[in-house]
Amino acid sequence: MNRILKKLELAPEVKLFEINSPLITRKTLPGQFVVVRICEEGERIPLTIADTKEDTIVLVVQEVGKTTKHMGTLEEGYELSDVIGPLGKPTHIEKLGTVVCVGGGIGIAPIYPITKAMKNIGNKVISIIGARSKDLLIFEEKMKKVSDELYITTDDGSYGRKGFVTDELNGLIDEGRNIDFVMAIGPVVMMYAVAEVTRPHNINTMVSLNPIMVDGTGMCGACRVEVGGKTRFTCVDGPDFDAHQVDFKLLMDRQRIYLKQEEESMRLFKRH
Amino acid sequence: MPKVRPKKTPIPKQSPKKRVKNFNEVALGYSEKQAVKEAKRCLQCKKPVCISGCPVEIDIPGFIKLIAEKDFKEAIRLMKEKNVLPAICGRVCPQEDQCEKVCVLAEKFEPVGIGRLERFIADWEAEQGEMALPPKPSLTGKKVAVVGSGPAGLTVAGDLVKLGHSLTIFEALHKTGGVLVYGIPEFRLPKAIVQREVDYVHKLGAEIVTSFVVGKTKTVDELLKEYDAVFLGTGAGLPWFMQIPGENYNGIYSANEYLTRSNLMKAYLFPKYDTPIVRGKRVAVIGGGNVAMDSARTGLRLGAEKSMIIYRRSRKELPARIEEIENAEEEGIVFEFLTLPVRYYTDDKGWVKEMECIRMKLGKPDASGRRRPLPIKGSNFKIPVDTVVVAIGQSPNPLVPSTTPGLETGKHGNIIADEQTGKTSKKGVFAGGDIVTGAATVILAMGAGRIAAKSMDEYLNTGEW
Repeated sequence: MNRILKKLELAPEVKLFEINSPLITRKTLPGQFVVVRICEEGERIPLTIADTKEDTIVLVVQEVGKTTKHMGTLEEGYELSDVIGPLGKPTHIEKLGTVVCVGGGIGIAPIYPITKAMKNIGNKVISIIGARSKDLLIFEEKMKKVSDELYITTDDGSYGRKGFVTDELNGLIDEGRNIDFVMAIGPVVMMYAVAEVTRPHNINTMVSLNPIMVDGTGMCGACRVEVGGKTRFTCVDGPDFDAHQVDFKLLMDRQRIYLKQEEESMRLFKRH
Repeated sequence: MPKVRPKKTPIPKQSPKKRVKNFNEVALGYSEKQAVKEAKRCLQCKKPVCISGCPVEIDIPGFIKLIAEKDFKEAIRLMKEKNVLPAICGRVCPQEDQCEKVCVLAEKFEPVGIGRLERFIADWEAEQGEMALPPKPSLTGKKVAVVGSGPAGLTVAGDLVKLGHSLTIFEALHKTGGVLVYGIPEFRLPKAIVQREVDYVHKLGAEIVTSFVVGKTKTVDELLKEYDAVFLGTGAGLPWFMQIPGENYNGIYSANEYLTRSNLMKAYLFPKYDTPIVRGKRVAVIGGGNVAMDSARTGLRLGAEKSMIIYRRSRKELPARIEEIENAEEEGIVFEFLTLPVRYYTDDKGWVKEMECIRMKLGKPDASGRRRPLPIKGSNFKIPVDTVVVAIGQSPNPLVPSTTPGLETGKHGNIIADEQTGKTSKKGVFAGGDIVTGAATVILAMGAGRIAAKSMDEYLNTGEW
């Protein structure tokens, strides 16, 4: 159990892992996540499940801190100490009409199973995926297969439209396209921007939040966010929340709690 | 009454100055000589009321007499007939509210140090190396799933496996022991001791599966297809906050998170362990129970210059164990009694920098029998802080109730179980401990486990619900 069966480098510092976890695979629905602890001294980190195949779950990991960097060095055959899940409420999948799925950077991986489910249930699915540059864009082929229309943006214009995913979304709205629902996953700034684009048009919009977690089962409250002025626990009440109600500023502040310690961890890790 | 030493034999401790700089256990335990001396204080009452003060009805005069006679081996055997976790109970039970409260000596003097003797005899056994196992029972062929490896679950598992049932314990976290590993700090309950007790239950024959979240990885209904009975001992869950402005600023923790980071994830050993924790200079802990004491004392050990307990009632009403209050006072924890936080202020980066409080006075007794705290108008004042730990309790974890149709829950989301049998509204499913009662004590959870195990055994043998 928990063995890495396959590892692929999707982009610089972005790796895909297929992990043998039959119990979790059987239960996973789009939008759910696992908590992973890679070794005895390791911390517990939440990772959204990007796909499932037979007895494996697929995780896409961007190396941003010590633990994800460490995970990037693990090879096929390595057995993770713990993979716990599937956690969180699944994304609500319903036939709504036209659905726009927005994925930014690493967020394209978790938007994929949701996009697929939205398409399978009979929605017209328009997908917008974006990255800083062409080499960082992942899952393009997979997203194409499950979308009626796929739009691509890069910050530097090296591929697709130059600009942000919100530029493309704004464009669709300006064209007068009828949009019933928007689901967005990506960096907090991107999800915030998407919320601001759809807010004036009253388009129902959900985001999947990824705050710091410890247990992931509703016990510690590390992942608390404010939604509509109320404190909610992302791990058991989410991770999906109404984008127009989320306090993104608070979320950004709380993601920075351990910046100093993370730097220290990283320095020590690089020395080894 | 025959002549008796009026005071308990003192228990050796690390000095306050030394211990606030480490996470090692504070109390060091009795030597054989000290234990025998203390055991001889017991009057060996013909009608021992102390037993009725114990939720698991340990034969207290019996094991104490054996200690006085230096027959330690027999003493621990007798103890384990009723209590499979004596090293833990000896350390964390609120004896002053239970066995020691009703000890006859307590009318005039200090009661017998029952907890200290319990701890002594358990530690004595551990020092002998291999723990004695009872003879293996013949198997009944019945399978039981225990959900949660805290005090309630371990007790059920220990009791039922001794009766020949096949046991599997499912634990959501990566380590077994529940609150004993994530909640109670090393300096009060060394994790090696919890591991020893868990190992004992494992050696008795119980299988243990960690990182398995019942309600998510599998539901209770799925377990019922594989097991003849299920015990739910999932413990307390969602931490409460006060719902006051600014409570989600950086630096404000629930006690569950603060203690889980430090205890379970070993953040006090960061960066050797990867999990970080805020090492505040001015720590304020809200609440007055054991969890609050543990948090304030953890703050001190993480390097705080000032670690405070903010409690809305007075010292007399503190719900924590007396021993832990005294330990906290010795260590220099500052108590702000009759004080209630009303809001937090932040710096420009989202970090808490001040808390505003209001002074309280005590009015008439409320439903709990304690005098109700009332705010004094206009008494607001500010305290500079950089870390806050909210330790005001928690509600039951919703993962199991919300995924188990037919399982009746109460107003606060707790599972409803019969006090005499542990039976829930769902056939074959029993429950006990904090998930039923709300946050309580280790020994009460064990008591509930003991009761449930008895009626589970009946159910498994007869099939009658």
